[in-house]
Amino acid sequence: MSEEYERELGVDTEKLKEVGIELDKSKRSGTFLLEDQETKTFASFFEGVEVMSIRDAMKKYDWVKNYFWKLLDRNQDEYTREADTEDVNGYFIRALPGAKVEIPVEACLYLKKAEKQKVHNIVVAEENSELNIISGCTSHPGVTGMHIGLSEFFVKKDAKLSFTMIHSWEPTIEVRPRTAIHIDEGGSFISNYILLNPVKLVQTYPTAYLEKDARVVFNSVIVALEGSTIDSGSRAVLRGENSSAEIVSRAISKGGKVIARGHIIGDAPEVKGHLECKGLMLSENGLIHAIPELEAKYPNVELSHEAAIGKIAEEEIFYLMSRGLSKDEATSAIVRGFMEIEIKGLPDPLKEAIDRTIEMAEKDLL
Amino acid sequence: MGILRVVNLGVEVGERKILKNVNLYIKSGETFVLFGPNGSGKSTLLNAIIGNPTYRVVSGRIMFKKIDVTNLPTNERTKLGIGIAFQNPPKISGVKLIDVLRFCARIGGYTEEKILELAEKMNMVNHLYREINVGFSGGEVKRSELLQLMLMNPDLILLDEPDSGVDLENVALIGEAINELLERDKNAESREKSGIIITHQGHILDYVDADYAAILYNGRIACIGEPEDILNQIRNHGYEGCMARCLRNMNENSG
Ligand SMILES: Nc1ncnc2c1ncn2[C@@H]1O[C@H](COP(=O)(O)OP(=O)(O)OP(=O)(O)O)[C@@H](O)[C@H]1O
Ligand SMILES: [Mg+2]
Repeated sequence: MSEEYERELGVDTEKLKEVGIELDKSKRSGTFLLEDQETKTFASFFEGVEVMSIRDAMKKYDWVKNYFWKLLDRNQDEYTREADTEDVNGYFIRALPGAKVEIPVEACLYLKKAEKQKVHNIVVAEENSELNIISGCTSHPGVTGMHIGLSEFFVKKDAKLSFTMIHSWEPTIEVRPRTAIHIDEGGSFISNYILLNPVKLVQTYPTAYLEKDARVVFNSVIVALEGSTIDSGSRAVLRGENSSAEIVSRAISKGGKVIARGHIIGDAPEVKGHLECKGLMLSENGLIHAIPELEAKYPNVELSHEAAIGKIAEEEIFYLMSRGLSKDEATSAIVRGFMEIEIKGLPDPLKEAIDRTIEMAEKDLL
Repeated sequence: MGILRVVNLGVEVGERKILKNVNLYIKSGETFVLFGPNGSGKSTLLNAIIGNPTYRVVSGRIMFKKIDVTNLPTNERTKLGIGIAFQNPPKISGVKLIDVLRFCARIGGYTEEKILELAEKMNMVNHLYREINVGFSGGEVKRSELLQLMLMNPDLILLDEPDSGVDLENVALIGEAINELLERDKNAESREKSGIIITHQGHILDYVDADYAAILYNGRIACIGEPEDILNQIRNHGYEGCMARCLRNMNENSG
């Protein structure tokens, strides 16, 4: 199956596997692959889910344009302005009302030779639907360029959407995602962001807007190797009563620079939010800067945060060595443990994809 | 035949000298009980034997199975057959008990089934997928440490307060497990496992019939005798009184 695709598409499937893209119908409920500005393939293998390019979606449904730039402001910064062009492409993924799509849809954004890849995605989980997406973003070995990826997510009433994004770029690539999520009453959105390979710069700060009883979880695992600068955060605006947010991040620096941001805004009564940010310094140089922010605008909100940065405890290495591990094996087990975040409600194939990515990146950390 | 020989051992932690001149000889098949007041250096001794880098050996040496292990890394000592149950093991976030048990089983040469069988026996099945030592109760930590030892199946077993803070039923469970590990159920001639057990209250001695005991005091080992006798002397006269008595006995015997 994947060989067939490889011939057809001329892409490096190994590189895609690294970011969780299988190109295997039996493991995915839909697939989408964008190379630079061009849609390479798209298909849905499941009745309740639609997968196509944003260009096709605009043609197919008149209403899609109403979602375009609904949550993001085209004048937010120079990158949003740059992506506001005729040439833009991206994916449109939609779960129909009531559809329960456990098998993930995969979407891959591949930067092959473009100086600037400009992407604008729309994802809609209609009322009462359940949808899981894995998005892998990667670039061709040796290419230099910039990826501007705009994404707008719409989680309708009582819908559940999980979005797992794995990035694997090159040390010559600059990445500027701009993401906004709207979660309607009773809906939930889980985001998992994994970035373990070298990259020149990533700057991202997705913002979720939550209505009554809605819930958002942002998990991220970030590794900054020598030469990488990663400025990554998550923001939740709790504007509906009883909505809740959880932001969990794990940042590792091995010579690179990480700014780990988090911001929860309690803009309604009876809301809850927790921010957890842990950093691990693996080398003498490098930097981790944790910036957790909490904002309450009503008295009866419950917002908290915890942040901790440190190095690997010698005592933990010794403990595992007393169970037979060499120093390197012990270090690797501890780093692995550090990156492990318990992600509830994620389908097994996605857990596997995350585990595999972490396993592959491990060698860079020793 | 001797399995462990500690010769003129001096150990420092930071700038402080904790052990001055410790000598210890343990034969294959023997179980030795070590008493001593809080802070006297009992854990320091076991940590030096297993090779914890925080505890620096500044003089003397440690011989295990006729090999000088003084400068060997901890995992090499483990492979040679030294195993330890810690008094206060660290919590490691993200590393599950089952992961560590698998590492231990690698040393002992056991299968996954054996892990489950022994976890069942030590009543730790419900903890397998929890992060190691994170939120474990005192008794659970002790059972987990012992379970790890059982899977490593070492020849020299170092037990740092296996009975502290353990309820009566669990002392029985732990006592039986230690007996089995140390082959106390076999007759003396066919025993091959040796051990050092640190205990304050001596609850474990109700289950484990150890060969002899001593007190660690002022950086040295003294007062070697029957475990029950020594325990009674500490109970009746305190550590200091006990030390004074055995010094007097020693002088009388030599005079
Ligand atoms: N890691 C360490 N860092 C600093 N000091 C230490 C460390 N470990 C031990 N010490 C010090 O060395 C001395 C001996 O400690 P040790 O833990 O060996 O005593 P112990 O006999 O096992 O006591 P207890 O009966 O309370 O367990 C103590 O004064 C202790 O504070
Ligand atoms: Mg101690």
